[in-house]
Amino acid sequence: MKTKIFLKQKQLIPIVAGIIAVAGLLLASCNNHSSVGQGAISAQDAAQRVYVAPGQYDEFYAFMSGGYNGQVSVYGLPSGRLFKIIPVFSQNPENGYGYSEETKPLLMTSYGFIPWDDAHHPELSQTNGVPDGRWLFINANNTPRVARIDLKTFETVETIEIPNSAGNHSSPFVTENTEYVVAGTRFGVPIPQKDVPIASYKQNFGGVLSFIKVAPSGDMDLAFQLMMPGFDYDLAHAGKGKSKDWVFFTCYNSEEAHTLLEVNASQKDKDFVAAINWKKAEEYVQQGKYHEFPGTYYDNRFDTSTQTAHSYVHQGVKVLIPSECPGLVYFIPAPKSPHGVDVDPSGNYIVANGKLSADLSVFSFDKIQQAIQQKQFDGEVNGIPVLKFDAVLAGVVKSGGLGPLHTEFDDKGNAYTTFFISSEVVKWKLGTWQVEDRQPTFYSPGHLMIPGGDSRKPWGKYLVALNKITKDRYLPTGPELSQSAQLFDISGDKMKLLLDFPTVGEPHYAQAIPASILMPRSDKIYQLASNHHPYLTRTEKDAKVVRKGNRVDVYMTEIRSHFVPDNIEGIYLGDTVYFHVTNLEQDWDAAHGFAVEGNRDNAELLLMPGQTKTLKWVPERVGVFPFYCTDFCSALHQEMQGYVRVSSPNDHVALTWSTGKE
Amino acid sequence: MKTKSNRTASWLMLGAVLSSVLIYFFPLWQIILYAPQYPQGIRMYIWINRITGDDAYALQNINILNHYVGMKDIDPHAVPELYYFPYVLAGIIILGVTAWLIKKRWAYLSWAVLYTVLGAIAIYDFYLWEYDYGHHLDPKAPIKVPGMTYQPPLIGMKHLLNFTAISLPEWATVFMLISIILGFTAYFCCRRSSDKKLVQNHPNTLTSSSRLRVLIHH
Repeated sequence: MKTKIFLKQKQLIPIVAGIIAVAGLLLASCNNHSSVGQGAISAQDAAQRVYVAPGQYDEFYAFMSGGYNGQVSVYGLPSGRLFKIIPVFSQNPENGYGYSEETKPLLMTSYGFIPWDDAHHPELSQTNGVPDGRWLFINANNTPRVARIDLKTFETVETIEIPNSAGNHSSPFVTENTEYVVAGTRFGVPIPQKDVPIASYKQNFGGVLSFIKVAPSGDMDLAFQLMMPGFDYDLAHAGKGKSKDWVFFTCYNSEEAHTLLEVNASQKDKDFVAAINWKKAEEYVQQGKYHEFPGTYYDNRFDTSTQTAHSYVHQGVKVLIPSECPGLVYFIPAPKSPHGVDVDPSGNYIVANGKLSADLSVFSFDKIQQAIQQKQFDGEVNGIPVLKFDAVLAGVVKSGGLGPLHTEFDDKGNAYTTFFISSEVVKWKLGTWQVEDRQPTFYSPGHLMIPGGDSRKPWGKYLVALNKITKDRYLPTGPELSQSAQLFDISGDKMKLLLDFPTVGEPHYAQAIPASILMPRSDKIYQLASNHHPYLTRTEKDAKVVRKGNRVDVYMTEIRSHFVPDNIEGIYLGDTVYFHVTNLEQDWDAAHGFAVEGNRDNAELLLMPGQTKTLKWVPERVGVFPFYCTDFCSALHQEMQGYVRVSSPNDHVALTWSTGKE
Repeated sequence: MKTKSNRTASWLMLGAVLSSVLIYFFPLWQIILYAPQYPQGIRMYIWINRITGDDAYALQNINILNHYVGMKDIDPHAVPELYYFPYVLAGIIILGVTAWLIKKRWAYLSWAVLYTVLGAIAIYDFYLWEYDYGHHLDPKAPIKVPGMTYQPPLIGMKHLLNFTAISLPEWATVFMLISIILGFTAYFCCRRSSDKKLVQNHPNTLTSSSRLRVLIHH
């Protein structure tokens, strides 16, 4: 009956018949020379391969960044089902992230409270170059920060600000054993910031690459920064295996343009891949060869014991200047404003995706080492030696596509590259540099992702292309359309398109890991016994309301299906009320919510079993206001409600609280 | 021959005592509750001295579910049997050791009979607790189904509203049964001092099982 919207059914019949007839003729005539047809499989076959029966589990967890929604979405592969949205750099009224007193500090920066950011690249922690399922890192592009998500709870547990950086795009990529998370600046800026004419770019602007040390506990600390020329550092990847001591950054705008970059930053034939020896950097820092630069930054850590985040403010950062540190940085000329830089599982091949080009340049780590030893330099930039292009080039992939952006790898010696302009994924062979297959995407993919595809151990069964443009792919939803993810089966010689599904926000990069690694680690509840929140209410008997001047602290519990207390009187206009709500449940998926009427500039709380969270409320009217549980918790969820009475201070209503008192 | 069969009886009695010691280390009974929201079930284990669940919170979670129909909280502190049953078992074990030391037929028999009686009382007591929890409901319960009671079965399966309750003996009950059977077997094995005639009339090659048959026949 849906077709009635467009055409009456009777009118439709001849049109459909006509289309079928024409399509049939066309198919019959071009059956033998359809290149697209090679990868096509029947819809039924594709459906079977992505069908995860009700009650069954997906094979992989996929983490996709949300781009301008500042979040991470968790999907299952191959089904494409959405499991969870993890708020990271954006307030999330749905569960109170960034609204509850416990999580507000996670959004603190040297600029103050920032409720939004643009999250681009999720990166799983690694051990020996293999995703280990401990943490997921992700960058904030706009106000430079890196966040860490704990994959036991799937919650953000740390955000660290990066001073002297602007547009934290080439971030956060981990070294082989998650020793460091790197974060490079996309925008050249004056360092330290100062008031100078924009046109003085070449004199006054620089670009920093930051190295964040990750402790075994996961805690991040800004270890040091490298002061680089004011280019736009676009993406990065750490080496692995033999290249594990190195990190590679691409950059564009080596022209150092400050206006109309689409033209002015596209003039040079080659920009650079910066190869940085982070072991050397550590040595130079230890030798004290750094400069103390000013810079205020916040490190916000969520303490799992008190279930509360705290902000720690730091001053100053250690900065290494490459010209003073021989052997620290080398520039590799890379054609046509390279975007992604990707290292193959062996660690030998470094692929620079020249986004204005048809070709990919692949560099050899062995050749880079040789060129460094033999000093095969082509001059230097700001004291950084530029390696001879021909000396380090391993091969060129003549793709036949246009606009290569990103490359991932499988476990059979193949590489897969997205082409934004020609809208396709191209499969090619490492070593022979020959194209093996190509499949169109719908439309214009940015990143692509193979589970473990940027690690030493790709699980090369699926490939996901993350498309920027969807146009006619789904039912239209007005001018604003979703992005899409397209799932390919890459287990055979030819890629096979299985599924496409709309995504939340704008996924840039993604990561995936076998469910068998992550599932056993996932927590079911927060242990009430190890909850040391300062405002914890451990049992219903401990519930109370405490007044200190104009501040009122409500120690409240929730358990199926009531609050303690659920009647509160003696709150006055002018008070600030903090509802410290503890969910006493210790049963899997026994969540409760909390909301109170007229809570200006605020949201609700969602409380998982064993959690304590705090919602601030400044009553603005006299009266009796209901509060209730917002998560359909039980058969008597609708009965899970209470009242708070707000009086004028002149009325001297006594402070009382109770539950079940007639 | 007499000494040989008495030695066997003594070993059987020792086995009975050791099997009883194992009762402290395993649950006696388990009750599993299945519901649409609990496809994996919630398990409650009744031990000689405590009540546990799949995890530390199973009991709390069962109580939360039970309170809707007005059932009392299952509170191990409110069940005195959990305090004195361990001592009763200790007494049985001491008596068992005594019987083993005496090595007398009557001692084995009295021990086994006493054990059987106490075991039966314990199961009856368990039934009474089940009855109490299932029938004495809070008149202010949110969910009241006329005529409905919630006593779980002693052994077997029963549907209680949205729950399917399965109640089954656990390892400790098996060990108790083994103890009792071994006790009785020890009694049957052990020769009466007046059995001399029987021994004379039968060849030495009799197997122990055929000897047992002979004994029962007499």
